[in-house]
Amino acid sequence: MTSRLAAQDITLAYGDRIVSSHVSLNIMDGAFTAIVGPNACGKSTLLKAFVRLLTPTAGTVTFDGRDVSAYKPKALAREVGFLPQGLVAPEGIAVRRLVARGRYPHQSPLSTWSAADERAVTEAMAAAGVSDLAGRPVEELSGGQRQRVWVAMVLAQETRYLLLDEPTTFLDITHQYELLRLFARLRDEGRTVIAVLHDINQACRFADHLVAMRDGHIVAQGAPADIVDAALMRKVFDLPSIVVPDPAAGTPMVIPTP
Amino acid sequence: MVIRDWRLPRVSAALIFGASLGLAGAIFQNVTRNALGSPDVIGLDAGAYTGALVAITVLSGTSVQLAVGSVAGGLLAAAVIYVLSLKAGISGMRLVVIGIAVNAILMAVNSWIELRAELEVAIAASGWSAGSLNGVDWDEVRLPFLIIGGLMLALLGLSHAMHQAALGDELATTSGVSLNRLRPLIVLVGVGCTATVTAVAGPIVFIALAAPQIGRRLAGAAGVPLLPAALTGAVLLLAADLVAQLLLAPVALPVGVVTTAIGGCYLIWLLAKEVRRP
Repeated sequence: MTSRLAAQDITLAYGDRIVSSHVSLNIMDGAFTAIVGPNACGKSTLLKAFVRLLTPTAGTVTFDGRDVSAYKPKALAREVGFLPQGLVAPEGIAVRRLVARGRYPHQSPLSTWSAADERAVTEAMAAAGVSDLAGRPVEELSGGQRQRVWVAMVLAQETRYLLLDEPTTFLDITHQYELLRLFARLRDEGRTVIAVLHDINQACRFADHLVAMRDGHIVAQGAPADIVDAALMRKVFDLPSIVVPDPAAGTPMVIPTP
Repeated sequence: MVIRDWRLPRVSAALIFGASLGLAGAIFQNVTRNALGSPDVIGLDAGAYTGALVAITVLSGTSVQLAVGSVAGGLLAAAVIYVLSLKAGISGMRLVVIGIAVNAILMAVNSWIELRAELEVAIAASGWSAGSLNGVDWDEVRLPFLIIGGLMLALLGLSHAMHQAALGDELATTSGVSLNRLRPLIVLVGVGCTATVTAVAGPIVFIALAAPQIGRRLAGAAGVPLLPAALTGAVLLLAADLVAQLLLAPVALPVGVVTTAIGGCYLIWLLAKEVRRP
């Protein structure tokens, strides 16, 4: 297993409040990794450390063996893309203009729009299924459409690594599966996808690698079929359950017991 | 003669100062991600004016002292607001409310300085405090025009990153904007744009608040774009100055009186709209 993006023994804190201590995680290249765990277990915080929105108070996050904080901002942004939660588009912006903002790390302050930018934006919009919305103002779109537009924006950044913080939260089930299938397809095309997910069954079905966290620690990681069982559910979520094979996909399916 | 020496400096001052104020407004509305986060509302103009008053009353009040004093005053006000609103982040309503409070305090300080000052100085200052282009000539505007030109050039290099930063801190950072470097520079340029005008003409409110929003709607553009803000600002200030000259002719009103009167109504409407927003 190769891994270009890795956290070594990192401690993460907001001010004095320590969220995670001594966490290590190697991101598997070319795989879809899902991070799961109860609310406030530090999964989003861990994701933020990988894109250096949060600097570890101890330990390092490295890309190709080099500390991510040593990279020029745009250089790292050409390798690793991130989709945060709770995004608000600038007032009145049209879909295509917003997606085009994903090209920022490929441009210099005074450079003009290039053919490569044009192609990347068109491809990203096609991949996320928002080509038809190109001229529409983002605020007029439904929640599902809007989220796909943001995904298109990060795709236009053309990074090998895609980090997604709860990308399916607040979407209806159809749009959730649509997005997850899109992420799996991106993985098939050679990208590395890391997503914080809430639904354990969706994580089991789509992810190659599952990272289960609780109280700032990684409790278990591995292929879903290898690690997900009733004991893990109790340990991570305090949830009594039975785990059976998903009748549609064969992956583990967690059914909470009454 | 009359046109070249009296009218032309006044018209060009209205246009260039208006553009400068429009840009300052667009900059701070971008940084705070709030239509109310404008330098005239959050106390930066008042701070610049305090700086200028200190330059007049304590020092001798040469134009260089005035310019430096206003920029320093504006930056100091910006620093105070920044520190007070740091906890809740620099975008959002909290910063605006703190700014409005800082504005009120600084206005009181300004009145106090004017009251304490020597009579002649106070009279000059109080005419000027309404914001006026009366009696502007070439000698007075040459340096400000140069400074504003420089600031506009600097802004040209920063605008790409500034618009990217309007996507929010997280996305801006992960798409390659160095916010820690961008923010101080952009605040410096924004304060420079508004303080330079304040140093010459006194605090002219409303242009910075309204020009970016009107310009955005006229241009049908997204976010708070710079060029429409500058053009609208230029036209607005010129129009306000014409109204100020003609309204009670032959008495020429300070242009700030006109912009304040219109701006007050606009501000009330904007406040009501923003407070209702979820």
